[in-house]
Amino acid sequence: MANLIRRATRLPLPGKIGLALVLFWIVIAVIGPWIAPYPPGSFVNEEVFAGSSRAYWLGSDFLGRDVLSRLVSGARFTVGLSAIAVTIAASIGTGLALTAAVGPRWLDELLSRAMDTLISIPSKIFALVLVAAFGSSMALLTLIIAITYIPGNFRIARSLAVGLAKLDYVEVARARGEGRLHLAVVEILPNILKPLFADIGLRFVFIVLLLSGLSFLGLGLQPPDADLGSLVRENTSGLAEGALAIIAPAAAIASLTVGVNLLIDAATQGKAE
Amino acid sequence: MSGAPSVSAWRGPIRLVGKRIGLALITLLLVSAVVFTISGLLPGDAAQEVLGQGATPEQVAALRHEMGLDRPAAVRYFEWLAAIAAGDPGNSIVANKPVADIISERLPNTLTLAGLTTVFAVPFAFLVGIWSAVTRGRATDRSLNIMTLAMVALPEFLVATIAVMVFSVKLLWLPSITIVPQDPTLGEFLRAYALPVMVLGVGVIAQLSRMIRAAIIAELDRPYVEMARLKGVSQARLIVRHVLPNAVGPIANAMALSLSYLFGGAIIVETIFSYPGLASLMVNAVTSRDMPLLQACAMIFCAAYLLLVLIADTVAILANPRLRQG
Amino acid sequence: MTMTPHVDVRGLCVTVRAPDGSPLRIVDNVSFAIPRSEVLALIGESGSGKTTIALSLMGYARGGARISGQITVGEATLDGAGDKGLAAQRGHRITYVAQSAAAAFNPSRRVIEQVIEPALIHGTATDAQARARAVELFAALALPNPQTIGSRYPHELSGGQLQRLMAAMALITRPDLVIFDEPTTALDVTTQVEVLQAFRKVVREQGATGVYVSHDLAVVAQMADQVLVLNRGTVREQNAVRAVLEAPADDYTRTLLAAAQPVLKTVVPVAVKPAPLLSISGIHAGYGSIDRQGRPAHPVLSDVSLTVPRGGAVGVIGESGSGKSTVARVVAGLLAPTAGEVVLDGQTLAASLSERGREELRRIQIVFQNADVALNPAHSVGDILGRVLRFYHGMSGRAATARVAELLDLIRLPSAVAGRRCDELSGGQKQRVNLARALAANPDVILCDEVTSALDTVVREAILDLLAELRRDLGVAYLFISHDIATVKALCDEIVVLYKGTRVESGQSGTYNAPPYHPYTDLLISSVPELRTDWLSGVGPKATPQLGAVTDDAGLCRFLPRCPVAIAGRCDTSPPPLRLMDAGNAVLCHRTESELAH
Repeated sequence: MANLIRRATRLPLPGKIGLALVLFWIVIAVIGPWIAPYPPGSFVNEEVFAGSSRAYWLGSDFLGRDVLSRLVSGARFTVGLSAIAVTIAASIGTGLALTAAVGPRWLDELLSRAMDTLISIPSKIFALVLVAAFGSSMALLTLIIAITYIPGNFRIARSLAVGLAKLDYVEVARARGEGRLHLAVVEILPNILKPLFADIGLRFVFIVLLLSGLSFLGLGLQPPDADLGSLVRENTSGLAEGALAIIAPAAAIASLTVGVNLLIDAATQGKAE
Repeated sequence: MSGAPSVSAWRGPIRLVGKRIGLALITLLLVSAVVFTISGLLPGDAAQEVLGQGATPEQVAALRHEMGLDRPAAVRYFEWLAAIAAGDPGNSIVANKPVADIISERLPNTLTLAGLTTVFAVPFAFLVGIWSAVTRGRATDRSLNIMTLAMVALPEFLVATIAVMVFSVKLLWLPSITIVPQDPTLGEFLRAYALPVMVLGVGVIAQLSRMIRAAIIAELDRPYVEMARLKGVSQARLIVRHVLPNAVGPIANAMALSLSYLFGGAIIVETIFSYPGLASLMVNAVTSRDMPLLQACAMIFCAAYLLLVLIADTVAILANPRLRQG
Repeated sequence: MTMTPHVDVRGLCVTVRAPDGSPLRIVDNVSFAIPRSEVLALIGESGSGKTTIALSLMGYARGGARISGQITVGEATLDGAGDKGLAAQRGHRITYVAQSAAAAFNPSRRVIEQVIEPALIHGTATDAQARARAVELFAALALPNPQTIGSRYPHELSGGQLQRLMAAMALITRPDLVIFDEPTTALDVTTQVEVLQAFRKVVREQGATGVYVSHDLAVVAQMADQVLVLNRGTVREQNAVRAVLEAPADDYTRTLLAAAQPVLKTVVPVAVKPAPLLSISGIHAGYGSIDRQGRPAHPVLSDVSLTVPRGGAVGVIGESGSGKSTVARVVAGLLAPTAGEVVLDGQTLAASLSERGREELRRIQIVFQNADVALNPAHSVGDILGRVLRFYHGMSGRAATARVAELLDLIRLPSAVAGRRCDELSGGQKQRVNLARALAANPDVILCDEVTSALDTVVREAILDLLAELRRDLGVAYLFISHDIATVKALCDEIVVLYKGTRVESGQSGTYNAPPYHPYTDLLISSVPELRTDWLSGVGPKATPQLGAVTDDAGLCRFLPRCPVAIAGRCDTSPPPLRLMDAGNAVLCHRTESELAH
């Protein structure tokens, strides 16, 4: 822990900004409902698309609801669902990658072939086909997004793991008679974690963007639940007025994704040099 | 010194490229199976979907029979595959028109959008990528890095929203909806496309320039670059004559990847600007669960992606003397 | 007539930033001068700063290091010259031959374009003149087909050829100074001789002034007039090459000299009639898919047999591509042979790892060359050793901790090392831990795959001594694989010579002191540079093979295409017989004992 704090204080400025943004959104996602000044679903302002005021910091939306309250509630969905999806994607992708790296050659061929096929379907197109087939209840949506990003994680993790599996220390362990599980978990996994975390961070960014994009298209989270992408969608009629109700959630997504990107970039560069 | 390469010299690369084409076709076949399987798994079936909840089971069964849905999945898959390969993927359930007609109306629009974005974004990306690589670690590189890093992470609808607010709402320069008039003048044409191309371009420039930077830096770290410097080769010559020829492969791949990103971006951009392209058509097909249309759109996007990767692989093979000579 | 020296360096310092940000001098106050047409050698171990000094003669520093001091070459002053001024000197008046030409040539451009590029960018010749001079230089460097070799791409040429082409590139502008940076280190010893001979000839013909960077005193003895001995960035000794070899003034120089000819302090008594412990017979093995006749797509070993006695040490020697490491992989079970068997203590071992029992695995341990990748960087030394103890002996807790300390003591490392991670250790320490991991199993035999090759000479000698001690004290046997005959002779009782996957000779170590031996063994032994300045002149020009095109028939002698004493009509028609020499060594050759004895 002390080590982590020391590392954080050594990050260059963009990295610190990124870290601050990421921490900010994690906190909002956790405590969002308790700090929302109004119930997110109630019509509190007579004026629609109202500007910023002391009572409504981010103004009101197309139905006169409080934008700030809706935003902090929506952030929970965006951050939470994306985090769950990326965890699922990375666990399955990396698990399969390790299996491919230490397993028999035919299994590696089979898994790689299958993942190469899935990766040839552009991720947003894949997600659209899955949504069309299965619909978009919250659980399914999370699963769909996770499935969409398994092949990418598999590919990165496999190339890292296969590279390591050829190294002498893994050979020595094999020659000692160690089982495949030991090779994968003890010898290989600890050494691919660092580069994998960078990849998982990037994938989290893509997942946030995909989830928000789907919601923006009306294919993601369904009302009454609303994530940040849904907030942008429902307020598109305010675009011509330049309403805060549309800018605020879009900027919120951007600050989260840009923050993650800045943090990863700074963290990985520090390691390279 | 060397004469024109003989026919036999081309046997190696032709075999390699042939192998890639074969692999791409197999992948496309597998992709088609995946798309068909997933879209055939929908909870209610298409007949139910068309007739709505009020239909009697007999009506549904009749329509199922009429649509051929009561036959085995494998048979339906190969029929569908043959139809798609022949360019006739059936009728749209919702519009009740041949899917081929709807697509042939929309596809040129998306190609135009993608083509314009490529023309606009690729030179820009090269400029930024190379500039960033040669100033590696210095202030220019660091600020370009932060900029592209942020641009990669921006959702298209934020870029679009800001662009509309600035150029359409505040400045009144450009239309917020992309309608291309019949027989447009060049000015009208460019005005109509300016905003969507700009929004799509932001993402492409950011991604592509980062990958170009990475490809060039990977080359700059190789010993032959140090050797070239020790020969007194100037920076410009180093990049143009020594580094770029070796980076052609990775850069071609990067271009294929970021152009395929265009398809994803187009889904949002076409919707925002109400642009009648293939991507917004696909979104409509998802909303209305128009499976034949959806399947056809998905296959076109996948085929386009595989084609781009194939071209990139071919370029990489031809650029590498080791592979070129087989 | 008094004149200033051709190359004059005074007070050269190179400073880098240490990880904590403080400045660190990696080259400290080095001064030297080189008269025209002489060669100065910079010699030292890794970290001595020799390459850094060589590069700073071109005003070039890697990784943002800072150069200070006075450097003049010919009429040019390099210190204080700007980027433009330096670029005008580099590749023009001062040129460079890199350690690995295979990496230093641009893979996507034809070699000739790269060789003449310095002449063109510095305007010393027209395109046609430069090409003509390149062809002259190719011929002078004994490159085959000098007219056309330039139109090849780097990947089509061998390492030795590329190294000579790079020398041509360095000489094309008739420079004031040529820097050779370990130009033969990456080559096989038999190729090294040819390249050294070509270099020396062309340097003398061109009257070039040179700096020759090397870690190998014997190589330097052939190439240089003066020697500068470096250690940790400072000069230890500077003198004429003969003086340094015959009467070294500095202790460090003496250490280097001693390590160059390893003589082990530990004497291991050899049993008169040792019982065989490990024997492999008729091994065929390779990589890739296996065809219907049971032959792999890329065959490596064909019909290799050898026996390691209990407590004995058998060396396997050969150049890169000889299949020597594959022998170790087959014995360890990492690669299943396509034919032949491995027998341990009378028991035939299963071909593949998964079918061998844990006890069988325990008795054979393998140690790899590169300790950097042989030890898992995620684990501590204690974890690495502890895992072996738990796996084979079921040891844990206090017993394991005590045994780890014992093992560390055995390899002469303090027990505190157990808590350290491997990336905190030096190269020699890592190799010791690497050995300790094998010892933790209490093996009967350790397969040592080039375990000393990545180490500096002084460290190498210490590890060899440790190996001999362990053998004496623990009775462990070695199958010791190396490309370096001096190392193998120092440690092993018996030596097997591999060439392209076949065993061409085997015998007691002593039989390798004098002929008769196999023509390849002869080439191998005569190619090892000796610590005297006239060695290279004494190595006769290698007789070109007497036979023309030879079909790659599996049955014929594999050395035939390179053999200087091949017999037309015999060697190219029938497989060679295995002859037993009087000294006891067995040689696979058509030539008789008296013919092989010269």
